Amino acid sequence: MNFVQIIGRFFLGFLATTGRLGIFAGASLSHIVRPPFYPRIIVRQMVEIGYFSLPVVGLTALFAGMVLALQSYTGFARFSAEGAIANVVVLSITRELGPVLAGLMVAGRIGAAMAAEIGTMRVTEQVDALTTLSTNPMKYLVAPRLLAGLTMLPLLVLVADVIGVFGGYLVAVYKLGFNPANYLQNTWDFLEAQDVISGLVKASMFGFIVTLMGCYHGYHSRGGA
Amino acid sequence: MTDAAPKIQLRDVHKAFGGKIVLNGAELDVGTGESLVVIGGSGSGKSVMIKCILGLLAADSGSILVDGEEVVGISARERERVNKKFGMLFQGAALFDSLPVWENVAFGLLAEKRYSRHEARDVALAKLAQVGLGAEVGELFPAELSGGMQKRVALARAIASDPEIIFFDEPTTGLDPIMADVINDLIIKITREVGATALSITHDMASARKIANRIAMLYDGKIIWSGPTGEIDEADNAHVDQFIHGRAEGPIKMAVRA
Ligand SMILES: Nc1ncnc2c1ncn2[C@@H]1O[C@H](COP(=O)(O)OP(=O)(O)O)[C@@H](O)[C@H]1O
Ligand SMILES: [Mg+2]
Repeated sequence: MNFVQIIGRFFLGFLATTGRLGIFAGASLSHIVRPPFYPRIIVRQMVEIGYFSLPVVGLTALFAGMVLALQSYTGFARFSAEGAIANVVVLSITRELGPVLAGLMVAGRIGAAMAAEIGTMRVTEQVDALTTLSTNPMKYLVAPRLLAGLTMLPLLVLVADVIGVFGGYLVAVYKLGFNPANYLQNTWDFLEAQDVISGLVKASMFGFIVTLMGCYHGYHSRGGA
Repeated sequence: MTDAAPKIQLRDVHKAFGGKIVLNGAELDVGTGESLVVIGGSGSGKSVMIKCILGLLAADSGSILVDGEEVVGISARERERVNKKFGMLFQGAALFDSLPVWENVAFGLLAEKRYSRHEARDVALAKLAQVGLGAEVGELFPAELSGGMQKRVALARAIASDPEIIFFDEPTTGLDPIMADVINDLIIKITREVGATALSITHDMASARKIANRIAMLYDGKIIWSGPTGEIDEADNAHVDQFIHGRAEGPIKMAVRA
């Protein structure tokens, strides 16, 4: 087989997978908005994705905020620009680090577990059993998870934002000797609604992608006779 | 029985996965109220055939009639309506791990919103009693049950919505001979009580002889023989003969790569 053929085959395979994933995403989104809905399962997934991710997301956000304050002080002190620390901390946390950290933590906790859970159901014919019991597996298994991912990640990021900024505040006030009132005033003055909102939208996308990949790989797993 | 109006008819059904041909012109008639058992070796496509009837797999070509109605290529909504006639016992029981036994049994009833949760629970417990399980089992989770009990629960789930046609995919596989016979008896008792048509697949000849009015053999993607249970020993067919006597030598060559 010549080289061009290999590249061509690889590229076609890539296109086919992208197409399947796109169709899967579209179908699951349409199932989110069309009844029947499964509130019990949606709530269970929300608790699983949102509530149980709180400790790990909170902890990473706290340390990220603390490190950010400490290290930017090391740099900024040389230019007597310590006043900008509050600014750096709150912007980095809300715009970038909050969504990225929460997204990573949830991807680690949820993505693979979801693929394994749905994959097991596929291989043991539980997915087929759903269909024979008048239940659409896309609606029952996939839609609630995607919905939970879409909605819970922004909430997690909101919490991460607050905790991250608080981490920065702790270091600034108790280690670096900033005036608490000034630090908070600086944080508040620099923060714009847009920063927070762009972070939340990002988080929502991360939540969607993580749960989508988990569900897709579980749903299309194969095995058994 | 064979001259009653057929409940299910398969005509020239083909199904392949990639280049691998599994069904190659399968023809089958299941009469109303009869219990037909399809026998065939592991990997011969028995499960695939049932999944084509249930619409879990789409047949590539051919025709499948349920009560005279074509079901190959129907819309999802039509399929949902047709599937209300069906109950299915899966090979590995396929119980939902995350739900207690009673909710497993009541799952279809709750999905169709025919009952409130409270009523559905009572129906589920009645169905469990029908398969010889007490109400206390209803609160357990599938993982807490033995293989035989899981099969019983799956059986209760399959009959919960009083289906007209019940499919049994290897109901006795993986059970000890005594438990297998208990399940056979249950299948006979329950299909009679519900008055359902039964289509079973198995490679367990003892089970086939016991639950079948009629037996059909699937080989090489086709039904190569079918006839009343009593006639299978006189079937003038080398393949059937080899299979029912379980001989390694004969026209059927087992694919080693299974
Ligand atoms: N979804 C699938 N994709 C690809 N191949 C399949 C699929 N389902 C079944 N097969 C293949 O079809 C053949 C028949 O399988 P099956 O009907 O499960 O056999 P059995 O008669 O033991 O029930 C097997 O070789 C199996 O590998
Ligand atoms: Mg099988």
